[in-house]
Amino acid sequence: MTGRSITILQLYPLDMNIYGDYGNVLVLKRRLQWYGYEVNVLAYNVGDSFPDDVDIIIGGGGQDSGQVKIQADLMSIGPRLKQLADQNVPMLVICGLYQLFGKFFKTADGEVIQGIGLLDIETYGKSERLIGNVIVTSEQFGDIIGYENHSGQTYLGDDVKPLGEIQLGAGNNTESNTEGARYNNVIGSYLHGSILPKNPKLADFLIDRAVTNKYGVFYSEPIGDNFVNEARKIASKRPR
Amino acid sequence: MPKPYVTILGKAVRVASRLRGGGSALPGLVVERIDPGFIKATLATLPRGVVVISGTNGKTTTTKMVVELLESQGLKVFTNRTGSNFTRGVAAALLGEINLKGELKADIAVLELDEAHAVKFVKAIPPRYSLLLNVMRDQLDRFGEIDTTAKMLQIIGMSTTESVVLNREDRRIAKLQAYLPTQKVSFFGLSPKLVTLFPSDDDLHGSVVAANNLVADVELLNFDDDKAAFRLGKKKVITPLKLNGVYNIFNAAAALALVRAIIGDTIDEEKLVASLADVTPAFGRGETLTVHGQPIELVLVKNPSGFRLGLKSFKPSGYATMIAINDNYADGRDMSWLWDVDFESLQATGVDEVSGIRAYDMALRLRYDEVPVIAVNTDITKALKHFLATNKTKPKRIYCTYTAMLDIRRQLAKITNVESIA
Repeated sequence: MTGRSITILQLYPLDMNIYGDYGNVLVLKRRLQWYGYEVNVLAYNVGDSFPDDVDIIIGGGGQDSGQVKIQADLMSIGPRLKQLADQNVPMLVICGLYQLFGKFFKTADGEVIQGIGLLDIETYGKSERLIGNVIVTSEQFGDIIGYENHSGQTYLGDDVKPLGEIQLGAGNNTESNTEGARYNNVIGSYLHGSILPKNPKLADFLIDRAVTNKYGVFYSEPIGDNFVNEARKIASKRPR
Repeated sequence: MPKPYVTILGKAVRVASRLRGGGSALPGLVVERIDPGFIKATLATLPRGVVVISGTNGKTTTTKMVVELLESQGLKVFTNRTGSNFTRGVAAALLGEINLKGELKADIAVLELDEAHAVKFVKAIPPRYSLLLNVMRDQLDRFGEIDTTAKMLQIIGMSTTESVVLNREDRRIAKLQAYLPTQKVSFFGLSPKLVTLFPSDDDLHGSVVAANNLVADVELLNFDDDKAAFRLGKKKVITPLKLNGVYNIFNAAAALALVRAIIGDTIDEEKLVASLADVTPAFGRGETLTVHGQPIELVLVKNPSGFRLGLKSFKPSGYATMIAINDNYADGRDMSWLWDVDFESLQATGVDEVSGIRAYDMALRLRYDEVPVIAVNTDITKALKHFLATNKTKPKRIYCTYTAMLDIRRQLAKITNVESIA
């Protein structure tokens, strides 16, 4: 299998990497290496030229000021990102970029920040900040364990499915019990933690999609998941 | 002047809570409830006013240094030495120092305050001087965003009546100058070649450190294992130090700049530098204990920048390493921060023991940096025992979050001499 390589693109690591979102990139990189692939990690920041060949795209959360900084640039690469999503490229966007992958973010002051509309979601800024441990149940991934910290509340349209149902915490908003959104192989979520280390099924889903897109099939020897079951068990018993 | 019965009552609660082995803030809480003006009235009597020190990292050690440096200049200093950096901790510390008439025999108060509590404090009691150290990711689950925390520090600066000392190398702190038109502002900083040792959270993933043209009153020029060179104004001084860790040494520059702002032209520089040479780190901030004839260093880690600096400051070779991560409220509940620390420097030696409530989160983190982990046990008492027993002949180092540190010190106190912190 030598010579097989996967390229991970991290969106806006300079402005949108708060809350350990780099952990998601690291987990994908290491697992791919352990599965026997070569890995290139690329960074895309404001003003960069968008790379031609990308297999997985990762984006994170940021300060409100970081979101303002990247918004115009994100709009300029929006059509390209949509095209990639429709080619089934796997993507994981957390918190701030989850919101901006949607149609818009309306702040508490009534200002409307346009998103790229890749995900059929709308987000409204609220005064209450939703903070704490989260457990989400998904048919495909089982229990997803993470941590949320956001004041935007997100509502899903008809073109997306939720990532899962909330067991503990708030998730998308305080009215429904959904968390996250999915479109093709794109996953948006509020979960930090980082999300992928304690949820290897989710990491392997992104890897499987990327490798299948590029090489037709993904098969591998198991790499073992030391510590992860204990870490999940303990995290799921911690207070909100 | 506070009401005498309040003072007596508070002192009584202080003695009672100490006998019970309780926390350091309870008596302060009682006094606050009964007489909310207690702190203000008492501090208002100080001839040289109040100094507030705040920021994410380094408050406790810096405060300790500032106190000792001011004492070298002949001042009698009141401080909240216990590290209980909330308002009621200040009240509790005051109760220990005042006489029964409610008089505080001191020239100046130097107070370490948590950002959020400092904002409340300065609204009631505007400080004459303030020192704003840095703003880093820390307990975002409590404050929400770094920019929110920076706003809190801005309020502290704006409430200061005379002088504000700022960190030139932290761009969110340096920017606060713009909001301080009526205050005297001075900076502490690093020589250009040292700047890369202190990446801010913004610089973590490869952005370029932007140089600024601000002139620092005190600059850390260089350092090695046991001495450091500073520029004080125009003068260069080299001094031996008992502090270890680059971050403690940078805090010394902050303390020097603050003391220069307080004392002014009459400063006795010789005594100042001699006193700096004698300062030892605050508890859990690189303090060294001895167990079975071997040194054991405790390094408090509570956010990514602090952990990164700790790993950079202390070389792992020749040491047995333990890491203890709790997620109690005081530690922060969110484990995301561990993913913003690079642990590859531990690859060669591995980590001998991983413990704390979130031991397995930490072990998982190490796995993804391909750092070998020898033992994992969430029970700190058992893990510490195992760590000591299996590394008898080696010097040891323990990186620990706040509540894990309290637990470890409690265990170590049973077998060695540990300075009381309450």
